[in-house]
Amino acid sequence: MAKLPTQREETLGGYIVHGVPFPISTDEEGLAFLKKMAPIQIEQEYKIRYLHSYGQDSPWFAALSNKRLLATRDPESGYTTANPRGHDIYSGAETKWIDITDVPAKIHAFTVCYFGSEEFLPETPFVLALVEFEGVDTLLLTRVMGVDPAAPALDWIGMELKPRFLRNSKLKPTDVYFVPKESEE
Amino acid sequence: MRPVYAISGGVSKFAKARPDKTFQAIIKEAYDYAIADIGLDFPTFTRVVDGSVASYFSDHFTRQLMAGIMAQDYLGLCPKPSHRVEGGGATGGLCFQEAWKSVASGHMDVCVAYGFETMSHVETWKGNEFIALASDVSFDYPVGGFYSGYYAMMVTRHMKEFGTTVEQMAHVSVKNHINAFHNPYSQKRHRYTIADVRNAPMVAWPLTRLDICVMSDGAAATIFCSEEGLKKLEAAGAQIPRPLVKVTGIGRGTDMMRMADRPHVDYDYFMENYATELEKSSDDTKAYYKKLWEHGTRYPGVHSFRAGRSAGNMAWKHAGIKDPLHELDFVELHDAYTSSEIQTYEDLGLCRYGEGGTFAESGKAFLPNLDYGLKLKDKPVCAVNPSGGLIACGHPVGATGLMQGVFAIWQLQGTVNKHFGSDQLQVKDAKRGAIHSHAGTGTYVSVSVLEREG
Repeated sequence: MAKLPTQREETLGGYIVHGVPFPISTDEEGLAFLKKMAPIQIEQEYKIRYLHSYGQDSPWFAALSNKRLLATRDPESGYTTANPRGHDIYSGAETKWIDITDVPAKIHAFTVCYFGSEEFLPETPFVLALVEFEGVDTLLLTRVMGVDPAAPALDWIGMELKPRFLRNSKLKPTDVYFVPKESEE
Repeated sequence: MRPVYAISGGVSKFAKARPDKTFQAIIKEAYDYAIADIGLDFPTFTRVVDGSVASYFSDHFTRQLMAGIMAQDYLGLCPKPSHRVEGGGATGGLCFQEAWKSVASGHMDVCVAYGFETMSHVETWKGNEFIALASDVSFDYPVGGFYSGYYAMMVTRHMKEFGTTVEQMAHVSVKNHINAFHNPYSQKRHRYTIADVRNAPMVAWPLTRLDICVMSDGAAATIFCSEEGLKKLEAAGAQIPRPLVKVTGIGRGTDMMRMADRPHVDYDYFMENYATELEKSSDDTKAYYKKLWEHGTRYPGVHSFRAGRSAGNMAWKHAGIKDPLHELDFVELHDAYTSSEIQTYEDLGLCRYGEGGTFAESGKAFLPNLDYGLKLKDKPVCAVNPSGGLIACGHPVGATGLMQGVFAIWQLQGTVNKHFGSDQLQVKDAKRGAIHSHAGTGTYVSVSVLEREG
């Protein structure tokens, strides 16, 4: 039998209290009592809206919204990175864009996240994977669909994949995700 | 660079939440302890100390910018020089080294390093989100930003390439929790079995909750001095135990922010640039690595931390260490995950790449006098995380690397009994130890060697 939870989930929220207990008199005895006082804790909001620029990497996101996956390549050495880099780390030279949408891809490493950061908790369980592409020197972090998150197995490593794209782009790296190569269209 | 001594330290009790005090007052607990341990009072130390380095990771957790100066102010150290250090999970280890630099360079004779983190101000899953913001927010975070997920991907690759097992990882959890059982400063004092670790809730396959460190509130402080600083402190009435503990090796390394961007170098490049001195001198090891590469291993890939290897090699060279396993009595190692302890055994050259799993279950990294309830093949050689490490002690990020420094000082002074109220965790006749601090997916790593003189 599965272990039953014995603790209720806690949240930071609580009652707003009017009238905080305090000594009636600030005489010596009353002030000394303050050293035994429990801490007051209040809630503070921290909401921020950023205007985030993808800068020189913007074409990569534009490509996803047009159902193409790009990579960058050093024109001289041919060193190719799946995550775009405006400049090559070895030569320092400006890279060029290449299209890797149809390049053979497979799982290099993966996990199934049963928990996650707050933003992604509603999406659990989800499969995270690092994907390797033929002729590309580095990997790409992505989500994999079409595999059973309840039955992860090391054999998934090496599984051939193909990209799929969101119909309605969100201009995020999750506009592309991968599925097993043999999945139905 | 001139000799630098690490003469004292203090650690606040690490806890899931410390609402009883503000971060400044929690730092002061550790700071006061370090001062009292050399027999000085607060005003006298304030007069003698030349400056400080502050360490904390996240402005988000405190919702406060410039928290460092608030601590400096609370400790009565203004207007002495200070600066804040930040480098993800390695923040404390980097702070330790910055304070060392302040003294080694001649800029200060006495320098105090203090660090803290208060992670309880947000709920756990929001905390995970804050930590995940230490991954590229354009490419990695939006895919499912979650550090346990990132480390779990490294694990699956390590398992696939080297045959590492979840039971081997669980050995690390059992070891560190049982060590921490005897450490009054630790956040978790439980005795677990391999079965407990594997039956704990799965967080990111194959890592369970007991494979992963916890979030904490806490602080730590370490005092460093030069020969001249020693004289000044003793002239002011300090009682500094002999033999002294000296910092003899400093190393650092870095790697790409996005784990996916790490290179996959060939055998020759690995042997020339990353192999340890011991590995380079062994034909057997060269043949072993050749075979790994023939089976497809590339370095560092996602299974290894070249920042850790670089930091280790640099620190070993500085300290004159050729064979870390046999020349170190202990290592306080950044075990945010059981798997990363295994990966780090390899990076630090305690064993060869690919052999971290068998090393973990061998017994070589265990303490000799504790009952772990395990059948261990080998005798202890070099205790790893005799304190209990991050997994059990807790990981208040900015304090963690300094906590390791404090525990290392106590081990080398032979004063564990005095500070822990028990000598169960005292490494017998400890002469040399290392502390290892690690950030991100292996982005910043620091290794420092401490040695007992004489």
